[in-house]
Amino acid sequence: MSVTNVISEIKKDFIFNLLLKGERVDGRTFDQYREISIQRDVIRKAEGSALVKLGSSQVLVGVKMQPGEPFQDTPNKGVIITNAELVPLASPSFEPGPPNEMGIELARVVDRGVRESKAVDLEALCIVPGKQVWIIFIDVHILDDCGNILDAASLGAIAALLSTKVPAARFGLGEDYNLPIRDIPIATTAIEFNDVLMFDPGVDEEAIANTRLTIISTMNGNICGTQKSGTGMLKPEQIYRIIDIACEKAKEIREKFLEA
Amino acid sequence: MDETDISFFKDGLRLDGRRADQLRPVKIEVGVLARADGSCYIEMGGNKVIAAVYGPREVHPRHLQEATRAIVRYRYNMASFSVEDRKRPGPDRRSQELSKVSREALEPVILTSFFPRSVIDVFVEVLQADAGTRTAGINAAAVALADAGIPMKCMVSSCAAGKVADTIVLDPMKEEDNFGQADLPIAMTPNGDITLLQMDGGLTPDEFERAVEMAMKGAREIYELQRQALVEKYSQMIEQHPGREEVHVCD
Repeated sequence: MSVTNVISEIKKDFIFNLLLKGERVDGRTFDQYREISIQRDVIRKAEGSALVKLGSSQVLVGVKMQPGEPFQDTPNKGVIITNAELVPLASPSFEPGPPNEMGIELARVVDRGVRESKAVDLEALCIVPGKQVWIIFIDVHILDDCGNILDAASLGAIAALLSTKVPAARFGLGEDYNLPIRDIPIATTAIEFNDVLMFDPGVDEEAIANTRLTIISTMNGNICGTQKSGTGMLKPEQIYRIIDIACEKAKEIREKFLEA
Repeated sequence: MDETDISFFKDGLRLDGRRADQLRPVKIEVGVLARADGSCYIEMGGNKVIAAVYGPREVHPRHLQEATRAIVRYRYNMASFSVEDRKRPGPDRRSQELSKVSREALEPVILTSFFPRSVIDVFVEVLQADAGTRTAGINAAAVALADAGIPMKCMVSSCAAGKVADTIVLDPMKEEDNFGQADLPIAMTPNGDITLLQMDGGLTPDEFERAVEMAMKGAREIYELQRQALVEKYSQMIEQHPGREEVHVCD
């Protein structure tokens, strides 16, 4: 931990000096994403899955479904449960054990995107009202943390849901069918450093910035979730600027990768 | 979270008689706990929240200590009886996330570099919940930090805005939060620097901007109340103990 911090002090200077010249370490512009690739159905045993690569960051999301009891206040709706595992193979700073607050925040922001955008038609997942509904488990597995795993995880979650087949036959509930999806939420994250806003931060860029803002937007260009993270401050104008760019970026990503 | 057809407005006013841009009644008391270094009790509408600050003090476990600054810990905890359906005691994922973002809402103003190798502990207990517990907690915690004499650049004040029946409203109460279309809590400094920003629900970019502006207006009002509460306590103390202005007296 302390060793990486010493290096990052030196890198911090380097990144900062580049930034003054309007450049980023890997030559991207400030609002440019790294190369994105999404492979769906990579896990045959899962009802839906997606392997997302965002530059060198790799995140695998698996969706499993099973019948279960609905929540009392929503007897006619399916249930979504999102979990994230920051497994220690993904980064020298991840440790085995129960999820820490970083992992919890990640899972809850991914969940917020899926839930608040109403991406999944939960009413269609009711089997017996008040008794039995489909439960969707979205499990996020971070494989390689090279920065901005939140956007990658969110992308993986919706990509996996888009390819999810409800395993009705396995539970004697008729034929399998595609999970009904109504929206495609996209999370876009920017960091603020010295009044410069950088989208899709790499791991070193994340280390120098102490403020991060994630905007989740829906297909109609509305915002369905945000999360500020880190110990810095943001001006309202900076927030609005991030929203403008975030909605644009989200549209590009959605059209290119998820709307077939 | 069902969008039931309940009406949120009667004759242009909200269910509890407030205007769209009006806060619920706020009551702030400073120094309510004898053992804590600083404390604050706050009521915001139906929320009853108490915050205590301990420190700067020695860090346990020691490996958490930082050589150049104090660390800040923030524990948001809900009493089991604070909500309709009994909450299972102890931290859950929600409270851990709220603890993280609340800590990050306060840390930017705390002069942690004054106290290397130490910890500033903030404990927030929600005794009664009625939508907006995280904002109430942050408001109480900021006052408790000041009460503990922790050096800070400025106050932090927190407030939420929401959207119900396509209208942006300030400081949503339980019904508006449960059945509303969006919730957007912020925390900010008196200069207008945002230290916490979360949102869920659905807002157009334009509505988002209006909600932020409205929440900031609420936060500015709360700032005045926080300030008043602190001034009141400390001016009383000076009257009671003439010549001992600089001594931290535990009453």
